[in-house]
Amino acid sequence: MYPSAFEYSAPGTLDEALSALGEAGDEGRVLAGGQSLIPMMKLGLAAPGCLIDINGLSELSYIRESNGDLAIGALARHADVAASDLVGRTNGTLAAAAPWISDPLVRNRGTVCGSVAHCDPEGDWNSVMLAVGASVVARSAAKRRKNRERVIPIADFVAGPFTNSLNPGEMVAEVRVPKYRGAAGGAYLKLERKIGDYATVGVAAHLALDAAGNVAEAGLALTSVHQHNLKVTEAEALMAGQTPSPELFAEAAEAAARSCDPESDIRGPADFKRAVVAEYTRRGFAAALKQARGEG
Amino acid sequence: MQINVTINGTGETRDVESRRLLVDFIRTDLGMTGTHIGCDTTSCGACTVLLDGKPVKSCTVLAVQADGHEVTTVEGLGQNGELHPIQGAFKEHHGLQCGFCTPGMMLVGASLLENNPSPTDEEVRWAISGNLCRCTGYMNIVAAIQAAGGDGS
Amino acid sequence: MSTVHELRTSPEIGGVGHSVLRKEDDRFIRGAGSYIDDLTLPGMLHMAILRSPVAHARIGSIDSSAATALDGVLAVVTGEALAAHGLAWMPTLSGDTQAVLATDKVRFQGQEVAAVIAADPYTAADAVKLIEVEYEDLEAITTPQQSLSTDTLIRDDKEGQTDNTAYTWEAGDQDAADAAFAAAARVVSLDTHYPRSHPAPLETCGVVADVNSITGQATIYMTSQAPHAIRTVFALVAGLPEEKIRIVTRDIGGGFGNKVPVYPGYVVATAASLLIGKPVKWIESRTENLISTGFARDFHMHAELAIDGENRITAMRADILSDQGAFYSDAQPSKFRAGLFHICTGSYDFPAAHVTAKGAYTNKAPGGVAYRCSFRVTEASYLIERLVDNAAHEVGMDPADFRSLNFIGADQFPYLSPTGFVYDSGDYHGAMDMAKELIDYDGWRARQAEQNSDPGADKLIGIGIASFTEVVGAGNSREFDILGLKMFDSAELRVHPTGKAILKLGVQTQGQGHETTFAQIVAEELGIPYSDIKVQYGDTDNTPYGLGTYASRSTPVGGAATAVVSRKLRAKARKLAAHLLEAAEEDLEWEPGKFTVRGTDQSVTIQDAAFAAYTNHPEGMEAGLEGVTYYDPPNMTYPFGTYIVVVEVDTGDGTWKVLDMAAVDDCGVRINPMIVEGQITGGLTEGFAKANMQWITFDDDGNCIGSNFMDYLVPTAWETPRYKLGETVTPSPHHPIGAKGVGESATVGSPAAFTNAVVDALRSRGVTNIDMPVLPHRVWGALNGVDVSP
Repeated sequence: MYPSAFEYSAPGTLDEALSALGEAGDEGRVLAGGQSLIPMMKLGLAAPGCLIDINGLSELSYIRESNGDLAIGALARHADVAASDLVGRTNGTLAAAAPWISDPLVRNRGTVCGSVAHCDPEGDWNSVMLAVGASVVARSAAKRRKNRERVIPIADFVAGPFTNSLNPGEMVAEVRVPKYRGAAGGAYLKLERKIGDYATVGVAAHLALDAAGNVAEAGLALTSVHQHNLKVTEAEALMAGQTPSPELFAEAAEAAARSCDPESDIRGPADFKRAVVAEYTRRGFAAALKQARGEG
Repeated sequence: MQINVTINGTGETRDVESRRLLVDFIRTDLGMTGTHIGCDTTSCGACTVLLDGKPVKSCTVLAVQADGHEVTTVEGLGQNGELHPIQGAFKEHHGLQCGFCTPGMMLVGASLLENNPSPTDEEVRWAISGNLCRCTGYMNIVAAIQAAGGDGS
Repeated sequence: MSTVHELRTSPEIGGVGHSVLRKEDDRFIRGAGSYIDDLTLPGMLHMAILRSPVAHARIGSIDSSAATALDGVLAVVTGEALAAHGLAWMPTLSGDTQAVLATDKVRFQGQEVAAVIAADPYTAADAVKLIEVEYEDLEAITTPQQSLSTDTLIRDDKEGQTDNTAYTWEAGDQDAADAAFAAAARVVSLDTHYPRSHPAPLETCGVVADVNSITGQATIYMTSQAPHAIRTVFALVAGLPEEKIRIVTRDIGGGFGNKVPVYPGYVVATAASLLIGKPVKWIESRTENLISTGFARDFHMHAELAIDGENRITAMRADILSDQGAFYSDAQPSKFRAGLFHICTGSYDFPAAHVTAKGAYTNKAPGGVAYRCSFRVTEASYLIERLVDNAAHEVGMDPADFRSLNFIGADQFPYLSPTGFVYDSGDYHGAMDMAKELIDYDGWRARQAEQNSDPGADKLIGIGIASFTEVVGAGNSREFDILGLKMFDSAELRVHPTGKAILKLGVQTQGQGHETTFAQIVAEELGIPYSDIKVQYGDTDNTPYGLGTYASRSTPVGGAATAVVSRKLRAKARKLAAHLLEAAEEDLEWEPGKFTVRGTDQSVTIQDAAFAAYTNHPEGMEAGLEGVTYYDPPNMTYPFGTYIVVVEVDTGDGTWKVLDMAAVDDCGVRINPMIVEGQITGGLTEGFAKANMQWITFDDDGNCIGSNFMDYLVPTAWETPRYKLGETVTPSPHHPIGAKGVGESATVGSPAAFTNAVVDALRSRGVTNIDMPVLPHRVWGALNGVDVSP
């Protein structure tokens, strides 16, 4: 199993890469970690005519604080996030998810931005990003300077299964995650049958508390139970301003189970997946609360 | 296109098709067959090499992406005619049976020990969880990696 | 039973019982193994196969013009082209026929339709995509139940085949069983499916066929567990003179039964090499491996136990429906149509049993290979061990106590089973007692009672037991043959003048360590250090004929042959020693490596005797110290053991994890304990895999789900349990060194232990069965009374 033939370029600067991407049109794909793209090409599920390899652009390899946000560059690998003290200190949901992305070798190569751009409904990162309210920074070589960078809220970015809202010629240059001020915590619970498996169900839960200990902000998003990663706005809304409690989390869990639309397949019937969504929502918020309260 | 890859410390220059997988470049173009192929889906880790020191699956990297980079394969584990401690430990602890996963397991193990010379059972299992073995049941692989950390460095 | 084997040799000699390090490892740890895909011959071409995308269809036209026109393509081979040479069909190991390349219909998704021969593998793969085939879809039959009730005939190629039955078979005494059931105090039954699985060794199958068009010499390098048998099959299929066929196996990256059969790719590559006159390489992709080569299991089983008022089992009835796929190609002895499934009475002493079995063709890949298993003993062991667990609960006994009550006693061996097996030796109570102690069985039961009694507990503890009896080491040759080839095996031993030796085997290693353990057998018998003995196998020109390695037969048959040939040479060495010492043979005492004249310090080493065999042999004696033995075992060997697993089930998401596991194995005398333990931990892991995640299934259209390692799940180190191992030693009374096979025990025995453990955790919630693999959704379904099939 081999990829079909394609044109390859490895630009030396981001501007060159963006130009090449613009010129390639529909045939162009950015090659970052390649841990989804190359297998898809080998299996014949993707056959881009032109790959623009950005692995030489070391300036995109960062995880840093930027204007109060956590900024993850296009070449930050999953392993970088998993090992990042900054992420560990500032975002419990990201920190919880990173070790469970695929397997250790894939994490050494695959990138967060690549996964976000891929919009695989069974991918973990977009649930995390939806829960924490991230934004995607899209760059292009558009003629007008003001069009060269767009900041897209993640909820708008995820347009469907394997479909994002990038325009032709745009690439994901960065993902920005708001940093919490005050007590916050998060969790990512993933039902997988083995390491390297896609999630049967994944639940990203994020919780920020106000000074009184009530819910300032709740984030909840689901993996593999809808045609795209699903932000459960109903649950988020019903929790806002409330006092966190098992009963509140159970309400959110019910909303999550109601909102999702899983398929019955080899990994179980829809009802099972809904039940796990509810279970993991309860567990996820319980863990997030503990973390927010500094209990563990 | 022409690429130059430093493989086990030696520069190799070759013309390759852009779609050529790194594993085929290593096995066929360079004739170094210690790196194996066990699947097509980035699942098994038989093709593990170190790319700039980090273990990756060479079936999921293009040869052109290794241009200007350093690759270490099982053939480069030993230095100056001496085995790497992990190689001896795999034999000593019966960490292999058919030998097919062994190069990948040893490379991942060696990479782990660079950063963590005394890993726990759980840490080793986590580190090798991208590599499949069908023969051993892993217990002796874990023991071998731990022993290599203990004896070796 | 004893727990240790008495060592008769020094560590330097390294005979039986020494955990010497493996000789073969020196190349593997350097990446210097020589697997099939590592072989490159001058001028070698590459083959890729076009496979059917659908499960059942009539083939219309095949247009290969675009593929043929592609730069670098030498030929496109179709079934029609093979038919012209009489090669479109081939025999299976069960005496059925199988299409090499389809000519009339495709009968499973992934079936071989055409092959491209090209200068390099990338071009071959490109060309395959350019071949256009017309398929006229037919009804896809995806279950054996459907198969036996439909009018659609899958094997319309077979004369006289009027329905989809592949075979029928029975064993035991129906009247006796029925009478026992009529008198039973209780009857316990179980319906379960042992799912389709695949051995999936890490190295896929492959071949490099090199046929010299001038000499007609065919050298075929291939991944085969049975090279000699394959040579004969090739001679029969291709009509090539057998002396001109040489099969060479090289290093094999795991077999587990996958590499026993002949696959179409081997035949096509050989035919292509013959026609083109250049070597042709074909290496399976993982998907090809999983969708087209030998599957295993797929048994739908119903069974019942009759139990008397004293909780003794009195009889068993079992009825099996096996899903054979499109071609009946079980790798098993001719006489036994459902393999050795009738060993299903297991470790228990009862007088009556009756087993009926039927196989059905379906539109699925063929196979029925014994995946780390001795011809369906895995299915049999699973059935009885699941059933016995249910029976124990039904009668209100602890499952360990119920087993012990019903075990065949150590004093009952040799034991004639109600289906006709003669168990050679055993001590089942000993293994059970040791396993219970090793894991602190009573302690776990107490903890379970405490934890599970909380009705709100979201983590439930379960304890599962399996006390398996295996049957390995076919034949004897009276009863056992494959395609008429009797199941003996062979060893040829040559001791060189300097006392170093070469041992040539008819069996084959796929990672089991034959280069070490077989040298240890010679070391034990002759006292020559194991490091001085080279072991050769896997080259039909240079090794004696044998049936190969599967069904744990290497040690029972090939190992016995090795011991016997060594003893032959020792007898001759004794004569040489007597000659050198000017003593009578009967005055010589033997200790490994040395003959001593009784009561003196005069001695001759085996090396001295070997030297004399070539330099100073007595008049009237043939020179040389070599011999060959073809060993026909008087009986099979019957390894056994008890495995106990403790699991914790999460009732919220249906996941379970192993908290503790003890595995006590008795495989008779252990030649190399280190290697034996490696076989056991590996086998336990494959058993865990099947119980936990590993299966192949199909949708209603016959599309294979499980066609790559993203869908066919193989456990990593992270999921895999840790094991506590124990050993008892009950030698086989008929094996020359008392050894039994061990490679498969753990895969045979452990799946029932894992499944029993999960079911045990859920007993208090009314659960009596969950089919493997015990995936989270199935646990959840069982807990919530929801049908979750598949």
